[in-house]
Formats: sequence, structure tokens, C-alpha cells
Amino acid sequence: MGDLTMYRYDSYDQAIVDARVEEFRDQTQRRLAGQLTEDQFKPLRLMNGLYLQLHAYMLRVAIPYGTLSAAQMRVLGGIARKYDKGYGHFTTRQNLQYNWIKLSDAPDILAELAKVEMHAIQTSGNCIRNISSDQYAGVDAAEVADPRPWAELLRQWSTFHPEFTYLPRKFKIAVIAADEDRSAMRLHDIGLKLVSRDGVIGAEVYAGGGMGRTPMVAPLIRDFVTEDEIVAYLEACLRVYNRYGRRDNKYKARIKILVHEIGVEEYRRQVEEEFAHMRQQGLNPPVEELARIRAFFAPPAYETGLSDKIDRADPAFALWVDRNVAAHKAAGYAIVNISLKPQGGIPGDASAEQMELVADLADRYSLGEIRVTHAQNLVLPHVRKADLPAVWQALEEAGLAEANLDLITDIIACPGLDYCALANARAIPVAQKIAARFADPQRQRDLGELKLKISGCINACGHHHAGHIGILGVDRKGVENYQLLLGGSGAQDASLGQITGPGFSEDGVVEAIEKVTDIYLEQRQDGERFLDTYRRIGMKPFKEAIYG
Amino acid sequence: MKILTGNDLQSGDVIWWAGDGWSRLVAEAVDVGERGDDLARTEEAALRVVGAYVIDGTLTEEGPRPAHIKDRIRALGPTIRPDLTLKPADADIGKWVI
Repeated sequence: MGDLTMYRYDSYDQAIVDARVEEFRDQTQRRLAGQLTEDQFKPLRLMNGLYLQLHAYMLRVAIPYGTLSAAQMRVLGGIARKYDKGYGHFTTRQNLQYNWIKLSDAPDILAELAKVEMHAIQTSGNCIRNISSDQYAGVDAAEVADPRPWAELLRQWSTFHPEFTYLPRKFKIAVIAADEDRSAMRLHDIGLKLVSRDGVIGAEVYAGGGMGRTPMVAPLIRDFVTEDEIVAYLEACLRVYNRYGRRDNKYKARIKILVHEIGVEEYRRQVEEEFAHMRQQGLNPPVEELARIRAFFAPPAYETGLSDKIDRADPAFALWVDRNVAAHKAAGYAIVNISLKPQGGIPGDASAEQMELVADLADRYSLGEIRVTHAQNLVLPHVRKADLPAVWQALEEAGLAEANLDLITDIIACPGLDYCALANARAIPVAQKIAARFADPQRQRDLGELKLKISGCINACGHHHAGHIGILGVDRKGVENYQLLLGGSGAQDASLGQITGPGFSEDGVVEAIEKVTDIYLEQRQDGERFLDTYRRIGMKPFKEAIYG
Repeated sequence: MKILTGNDLQSGDVIWWAGDGWSRLVAEAVDVGERGDDLARTEEAALRVVGAYVIDGTLTEEGPRPAHIKDRIRALGPTIRPDLTLKPADADIGKWVI
């Protein structure tokens, strides 16, 4: 994996993961031999990310804070080809899911993952899940610090944390370090935003956010905790939740319910009390450990003297640059977003060949590094501007150059009833129909930034609450029905969408969205995004257009 | 009719009780009447199936049809990947109304 600027396992990390693979191999063999019942085995397989879904076993692989090396991506592609049906699904938690896994293959897959420092540990269960972060971490000029060292520190802290292995419910943490929130930070159980105060790095701590059946935007719990005490403060936050979070009702067991029920002030008071206790126990990791981790993320040796000029002679290339390429902190470099939302495609799906191509492009043009976004896209974080035409050409040939980042066709969609045992309705066909309706690239650009998010059930894996336009699939007497929501945001202006009214059929919701966008085009003022117009004029004009 | 379904323990494939064993084709499913729960327990104990459960269905000209859309999608495969449906070469697949 070369001279990557990402964390590399030490002997402890590797030993832990290797031991876990062998443990699960033994458990699987005992299950297949009848020595374990399904009731006994189910919690064991779930601890290794192996679910039983609609069509087969599903394996959810952790991608720590959405960071992948080319070598890791190549292995993910190889697993898709060898053990699955040739593809995988990138999720809204920056993970990868395989949909067609055989139980008997699962230990071998985990062994292949372990060889490239990957696993599926804590991708299920009532524990601290994969830490999520900003896909532009380390390359955004606006961030106060690189959030990845903290994300990695929290990964290590939370892995097999004995006190937090059986929390009242699952627990999701996001770490960002820029004012622009690309991680839906305030819709996590805990969100950390690194900030600088008088030259000292620390974090704002938000707690009690989440989606699901009771969506909440996390309130600010503490406006500054210094970097050396972040772990102890989180430990205090978790400890209060672990002690008082409800275990009598799984629908009321998330931290957001606790914070809401006892109030922000009381939750904060209890955390501060616990934090004061923690400080005396010296539970913070040694400063040297953070320094050791941070050293892995030292900026790469960027070439100097590179030109910032981009040859925009090809109109299609220029449109892609304008839409999918973002500013990089280093002169002469750019951040490339690879849309996994092609027309007719499945949001977040990538074939083995596409994964391998992205791995090759990362090796050749992006210092061997790739990021996964919560919007189910990929990122090449370090591309020389002079290489953009070659990258675009290669992506174009593989059907990966859709120039639609953050446009109406860049739709987040959960697997829905096509794959998921929990879903009430399909999400992917709705996404495809909307994408087809708005297929005209000029029309998409005219509409501008418009984040559309679809969930196939109330669990909200498709982030429908946070969509400028959100869609929630429900089961109405055995028939799929779709509720429409407007006005949500997962960004720095986080808000929750409001339901427009009665639901629609699959075709009906596409019609309704067209009416909604027509109202926006009629009513928008200069420079307004869809969300801005909605916030200014409110729900009423949209409802009138939809329901007459 | 009552249909017994579940997943093959080892492969995870969706399977249907066909009277003398399991089939991957819902078309071969039989009415298990009131025996579904007993069959499920026996077959799970024999390590042939996991997550077995009984569903309602109707017998149509094309064969047994699960009552709920979730099981119809289980029977066919993901509706957005026709290349992965159970019988992609079968022209009649296209007539299946989810």
C-alpha cells in the first residue's frame, strides 16, 4: 500500500482483526455443523456485519471514515466478482454492502479483507459503528485541521470498547473540521466539529441527533473541548447515555430520545459531572498516541510549480469539471467527485470492474487514495489539474462521468424493498424514474443544487428527512405508497423536512416532484437554491401545486 | 394457500417448501396448510433452512403467488436487476406483476 497518507495497522490492529476472522470461521463451522442454533449464531454473525436480507446474506464492510486505498478498493472489487454477483453497494454511512453472500464464504471474505487492513466489525449491533467524516478531509483549504486523525483515534477507542459493546441502541459518530458540513454531522448520535479557539484546536460537541422514526437535529452540548480531552468527553457522553438510555423500548432507545426527554441542560449537566470524574481517572489517550496517528496523515509530497490552468476545450469535459471537481488546498491539484448515479443506474452501486478502474485511477492519478461519501459517491482526493482530462476520459468510458453532483439526479436511495428485509417500499425504482424524468442535463443545472433523498422505510437509511426533497416509502395495505417531504438539509444549515400531505403512487410522486420544482422555478429569486426558496415562501404554494 | 419459505442456511438463497424438499422456484411451492410451523421447526433443526416462515398466497394460473409484495420480490429477485432475476431467460418473467 506504498507511501499512503492514511492510517496503517500496527501489529495490535492486525492481530485483533486476524483473531476475529479465525473466531468467526470457527463460529461459522459450528453453525453449519449444527453445534450452534440460529438464535445463538445470529448475534455472532451480526457482530461481524453479516445480515440475512431478502435474497441472501448481506455483508456490510466498514470503510473507516470513508477512506480507502487503491489496494483496498481493488480487493473490494475482487470480492464482488469472486463471492458476490459482480457488484457492491456504497451506503450512506460510507460503507460497502455485498448483497449475495454465502454463509460458508463469509470467513474467507473476512480473511481477504483482513489482508488489506479491513473488516466488518461493528457494522451492526448496539455498539459504536463506523466513524464517519468529511470526504474532503485533509484536502479542503477551509478546514481548521485534518479530522481523520481524530476519526482514527475514535475508531481505535470504540473498537471492542468493553463498556460500549451493548449500548441501549446503535451509536453513530461523525467528525468534521470545516464550516461546510458534508457529513450530516448534526444528524448523528454525536457530532464533533473541530474548531480553533485562540490558536488551540478543540471540538464543538453535538449530541442527540439522528433520523429514523423520530428525527432530530443534534443540539450543541459543549462549545469547546480541547483536543487532548475529546476522548474523555465522549466517554462521559456515552456513559450517561449507557446508564440512562431506555432499554425497554427499542424505538425510544437512541440517545436523541434521552437528550430530548431529560432536556439538553440536564443531559449536559450529567455529562459535565461525569467528565469531571473522568478527568481524575486519566482516561485520555497519551498525547504521543495522537501524534503517532497524526503522522500517518501528514500531507503528501505534492508537486510544486504546477499550473492551475485547465483546458476546457471539450464542452462535456468542462461541464463535468464545473460540477464534479472541487477546489484542493494544494496549488495545481483538484478533488474529483465520481458520481455513482448514472442515468438508469442504481444509486451507490459499483461493479467489480468499476471498483477496479477507480483503484487504477487512484494509483495513477490520486496518490493511491479514494474516499467514499455519505451521498453514495466516490472521490479521488489528490488529482493534478493537468490530469483531469485523462481521468474524465477514463471515467466516461466506464459510465462514471455523470456530471450531476448535488443536482436532482444525484439521488441518495437506500436499497429499499428490492434488497432489504426491513423495507416497506422500493426506493431504487423511484430514484430511477425521477432521474429519467429530469434526465436533461441543462434542466438539472437550471434547477441547481437540489438534494433528493429516498428511504424505503421509516428507518431512514436514505436520509429522507434531510433531503431538500425527501421521499419516504410506506406500506399502505400491501401497496407501496410514497410520502413527500420538503425542506430538509443535512448540511451546516441542518433542518428536517416536513411532509406535504397524503402520499402518492410511484408514478404519482414523480409527478408531484415535477410540480414542486415548477413552483421553485416560478418563485425563486436571484441566487436562491430550492431549499432557500422553500424556506422563504413556505410549504403552502407547493402544497397547492401538488394537491390543487 | 399457505406457503412455507425461508433461506438456505449455507447459501442464503430464497427457498420454498415443495412437498418433499425445498425448491428455489416459488412455482413449485405447495400448500402446507396447518403444517407450516412444524415443518419450519423440523427443517431448521435439520440445518436445511434458516428464518423459515409461513405466508399467505394464492394459486394462480401461473402457479402460487405470495400475497405480499415483499415475498413476491423475494420470489423473483430485485426488480431493478432483471439480469439477476431467478429465470432471466424466461419470457414469462416479464408478465410477473409485482
